Amino acid sequence: MQVSMSVNGRQVSGDVEPRTLLVHFLREDLRLTGTHVGCETSYCGACTVEIDGKAVLSCTMLAVQAEGADVTTVEGLAQDGQLHPVQEGFWERHGLQCGFCTPGMIMSAVTLLQENDNPSEEEIRRGIEGNLCRCTGYHNIVRAVEYAGAKMRGEEPPPAEWEES
Amino acid sequence: MYPRQFEYVAPSGLDEALALLDDNPGAKVLAGGMSLLPLMKMRLLSPELVVDIGRIGGLGDITDNGDTISIGALVRHAEVASSSLIQAQGAALAAAASWTGDRQVRNRGTCCGSMAHADVAADQPVAALALGATMVAASSSGVREIAAADFFVDVMTSALAPNEILTEVRIPKAGAGAGSAYDKLGRRGGHSDYAVAGAAASVTRSNGSVSAASVAVTGVGVRPVLAGAVAEALVGSDGSDAAVEAAAAHAVAGVEVLEDLYGSVEYKIHLAKVFTARAVKAALAAAG
Ligand SMILES: Cc1cc2nc3c(=O)[nH]c(=O)nc-3n(C[C@H](O)[C@H](O)[C@H](O)COP(=O)(O)OP(=O)(O)OC[C@H]3O[C@@H](n4cnc5c(N)ncnc54)[C@H](O)[C@@H]3O)c2cc1C
Ligand code: FES
Ligand code: FES
Repeated sequence: MQVSMSVNGRQVSGDVEPRTLLVHFLREDLRLTGTHVGCETSYCGACTVEIDGKAVLSCTMLAVQAEGADVTTVEGLAQDGQLHPVQEGFWERHGLQCGFCTPGMIMSAVTLLQENDNPSEEEIRRGIEGNLCRCTGYHNIVRAVEYAGAKMRGEEPPPAEWEES
Repeated sequence: MYPRQFEYVAPSGLDEALALLDDNPGAKVLAGGMSLLPLMKMRLLSPELVVDIGRIGGLGDITDNGDTISIGALVRHAEVASSSLIQAQGAALAAAASWTGDRQVRNRGTCCGSMAHADVAADQPVAALALGATMVAASSSGVREIAAADFFVDVMTSALAPNEILTEVRIPKAGAGAGSAYDKLGRRGGHSDYAVAGAAASVTRSNGSVSAASVAVTGVGVRPVLAGAVAEALVGSDGSDAAVEAAAAHAVAGVEVLEDLYGSVEYKIHLAKVFTARAVKAALAAAG
């Protein structure tokens, strides 16, 4: 079947089987391998992308369901070589270790901050509930999202914990 | 993890979708895909034809009908959870939707899909039972209304015929002195994930006593069920904590409680009573 959609602002199309999952279309047809496949069973969130402003699991959506949609993957975040504030937050606050969960975690955080520009720690933890991380224990991920939120509100991010006296 | 091959159609009109279901007895309706696609990927289900209702117009609204609220087939869990109308008039359903899965799941999964899927441990079906919802099902031969109490039949089995589409869940608005609530223990602790056990309650208070009550439990048997004995014990009582605890002792009366990976029969019975009491107390508090 023919399918076309906008991915990271670029109009793309392809010929797919109906059973092709969106994540495979992104990774294998478009070669956008930033979006990861973790569990493949809808539980880990590694495959999270933004569709029409909402975080969704690209492993639990058919490519044909995304016909005409506006898709953003982690590759679409940085602008002119400038990291997105959420990417910068993960960098600055050590929000990753192995990095496997990171693209999904970042897309989840980006959409969370679009819905709520000043989430509490509790709201951040609940907001990334669908993204599993086997390395960090989540602590620095929460700090990374707080950093990004502050940046996006035009505020000075709280100092890193290791810089506090 | 690919599903088996299938044909896919995404009609833009309801009549077209219903005709496809008539002509293809092995077809499956696809809404949010949060239950159907995992089942197809695990190859527990392999329909020959998938009818995606996601492009049908007019199914995506939450409508205030005066005495009732209609939730269309494409209304997502996140929209039910954040609707101020449903929060005020059918709080149990808004809470159940807010605790369904995670953000990604709530952005795609639909309230109607949750009803049609009829999982034994699902959240929104018990809220629909306690609120006395009506399910509106369309087929090529017309529209019929099914009371929530008659809708959940067995494990993952609803009263829908294979050629029917659930176009709407309709809930009555809470009247004066009425309130509803839902509470559960999630499989991943707190409110996360499907219910190990949970309960929804809808109550009305008048002149210092409970004048009407409806309570339903999930996660304990083969389907979400009304706990009639709890409601009976509540009506006419003063709604005190002692009265609620005594009524909640009947939470699984007449239910064949089954163990699963998440709890033994004994544990489930205990949880059903605890969450029945919590849901009833919260509903009474909301009723004022
Ligand atoms: C990670 C994860 C966590 C989850 N956690 C929870 C949870 O905590 N609590 C909970 O209750 N659920 C949970 N779910 C299930 C989720 O809520 C589903 O969204 C819901 O069960 C089905 O809705 P859907 O729109 O996605 O339906 P689909 O997956 O598209 O369809 C499910 C079934 O219903 C049928 N169907 C759907 N819509 C209609 C309709 N309008 N008319 C006729 N038939 C229809 C389909 O044919 C199919 O058989 C979870 C799912 C996932 C992936
Ligand atoms: S790969 Fe999609 S949720 Fe794990
Ligand atoms: S950084 Fe390794 S899984 Fe999250």
